[in-house]
Amino acid sequence: MTIENYVILRNKKLTEKTFELTIDAPELARLSEPGQFCNIKVSGELIPLLRRPFSISQVSGTEVTFMIAVTGTGTGILAKKQTGDELNVLGPLGKGFGIDDTFETAILIAGGIGVAPFPFLINKLKEQGKEIILFNGARNSAELIKLNFENELNSTDDGSAGLKGNVIDLLHANRKLFVNKNVKVFGCGPHPMLKALQDYCSTGNLNCEISVESNMACGFGICQGCPVHSASEDKYYLICKDGPVFNSRDIIL
Amino acid sequence: MSELDFTVKIGNKLTLKNPVMLASGTVGYGNEISEFLDLSEIGAIVTKSISLKPRKGNPPQRVVETTGGMLNAIGLANVGVEKFISEKLPFLEKVNSTLICNIAASSVEEYTECVKILDKYKIIKGFEINVSCPNVKDGGLIFGNNLEAVAGITEKVRVVTEKPVIIKLSPNVSNIAEFAKVAKERGADAVSAINTLVGTAFDIYTRRPKIKNITGGLSGPAIKPVALAKVFEISRNVDIPIIGIGGISKWEDAIEFMIAGASAFQLGTINFVNPKAAKEILEGVKNYCLQNNIKEISGLTGSYEL
Ligand SMILES: Cc1cc2nc3c(=O)[nH]c(=O)nc-3n(C[C@H](O)[C@H](O)[C@H](O)COP(=O)(O)OP(=O)(O)OC[C@H]3O[C@@H](n4cnc5c(N)ncnc54)[C@H](O)[C@@H]3O)c2cc1C
Ligand SMILES: Cc1cc2nc3c(=O)[nH]c(=O)nc-3n(C[C@H](O)[C@H](O)[C@H](O)COP(=O)(O)O)c2cc1C
Ligand code: FES
Repeated sequence: MTIENYVILRNKKLTEKTFELTIDAPELARLSEPGQFCNIKVSGELIPLLRRPFSISQVSGTEVTFMIAVTGTGTGILAKKQTGDELNVLGPLGKGFGIDDTFETAILIAGGIGVAPFPFLINKLKEQGKEIILFNGARNSAELIKLNFENELNSTDDGSAGLKGNVIDLLHANRKLFVNKNVKVFGCGPHPMLKALQDYCSTGNLNCEISVESNMACGFGICQGCPVHSASEDKYYLICKDGPVFNSRDIIL
Repeated sequence: MSELDFTVKIGNKLTLKNPVMLASGTVGYGNEISEFLDLSEIGAIVTKSISLKPRKGNPPQRVVETTGGMLNAIGLANVGVEKFISEKLPFLEKVNSTLICNIAASSVEEYTECVKILDKYKIIKGFEINVSCPNVKDGGLIFGNNLEAVAGITEKVRVVTEKPVIIKLSPNVSNIAEFAKVAKERGADAVSAINTLVGTAFDIYTRRPKIKNITGGLSGPAIKPVALAKVFEISRNVDIPIIGIGGISKWEDAIEFMIAGASAFQLGTINFVNPKAAKEILEGVKNYCLQNNIKEISGLTGSYEL
């Protein structure tokens, strides 16, 4: 865990509402694992007050990239950042994806901006020699953030790109790609998508990890602001510390 | 040049190496924030409220940002006194910081029971009694805005410990000085003020409250003027040491609290934004003293000119 001001190297527009911010952050790059996140102070002002959590989207050499969708004040401020501006970043935080198990095929499921942590995950999975299939869905083609990964399938709610339907429909339609394989599923996206994925994987008895969101105040375990209920005990986990990645069997969404 | 005397006395029994304290519920039990902050350099750390039995806390969402502040309804989620002793105290013993245990309870007996259990641990240098949590149905504010209840709790807790007792007051009352007065009369060594203000926020599209508990406690820079006025009100009316809390985000804020009457001050919400804030504010306060020829920091307390 580090807290540092970093220089922004690039702000690259992806779609109308999404962009990638890349910072030069050697120590952060060295410590980061796929699925972990950083808590970013969007400005030096007291309004907005709290940091904003973002998944680590890619690490390349000493560079760390975040993929961000504009949804409110804080992300709006970040969208205007330019090369050379500074960014105060706390991270890496939380527990990331488990990629050391014995599975052969990684199935990645992304809904909307939920694709953010996957470029980094894909790199690490490739290093391990795993087969990877990415199911990537969005509302429409304009909002779809394609990773242009060789094994990527898309869906959109309105059918303007890929399969018409949601990403769970897409997964179901392509079952033949993985039914007889030793797979592990990794999911990130909006709450309803994660719930549907949880159901799908529990019915199909698939090992699945999901990255969960919650409002956060601190991001590193001191405020108790980010609970998610345990599936096995009468207690809450903290999303920022025990997650944001959980085995889908372990939590109640 | 003579050395600056940075120590502050809170009543007769508690001396801190400096006036910077970390507020209850905003630093857990110290371990996470110690990665950013040398806790031995800080005046004191106040634990998350501890109750006799573990508390699970409220369902999500528990926190939401508001303009210049935040609402929280954590619901006193904590490990309970037993696990605090076995799992959290060993770390706190190592860091060599002045440790104050904050206690929350839903009955007078639970307060005294908790204090009795913790009293034998030498490393615990005092108790802050939370009679002012707005986010639990039992206890909390039900005590905090009832003079008799605060009097009763203070009196009973006083009997079971020789260590300093600090009563943490609620701002959600019309006359906070009355509460400070009662605390003093029943034997409290100091009061801390303020806990959070009751507030709420609605999502205008779903028309639902933004936090599950409907109301939460407002904290952060937005509450500073209120907190300062409460501290000032106590300081003008009651002769009891005050620990100022509420919206401190920079050293200038801290100085303001001392001028208004605080002997020491606590940092809360700012720890979430800048975990190194305590050290930076300590430095700022030191520089202010040096530049203004202040030899003893305690001389600032209640030094307002009207
Ligand atoms: C672990 C984690 C990883 C995330 N990764 C990404 C990512 O890679 N890319 C991305 O675009 N977004 C990500 N998010 C969501 C992102 O944090 C929010 O979109 C962002 O905080 C909104 O801030 P705002 O000021 O623009 O919105 P506002 O609505 O103005 O924010 C108000 C408050 O609500 C909080 N908030 C609002 N929406 C969310 C949300 N969905 N999750 C958490 N807090 C929220 C904000 O932090 C802030 O405190 C992630 C969230 C979490 C918890
Ligand atoms: C998330 C959160 C949790 C808190 N938990 C407690 C608690 O357990 N016990 C307590 O006495 N005060 C608690 N407080 C109140 C703070 O100690 C402090 O009185 C208040 O936040 C005002 O200070 P600030 O504006 O600097 O945050 C909590 C505050 C926040 C923001
Ligand atoms: S966000 Fe503070 S504990 Fe998780």
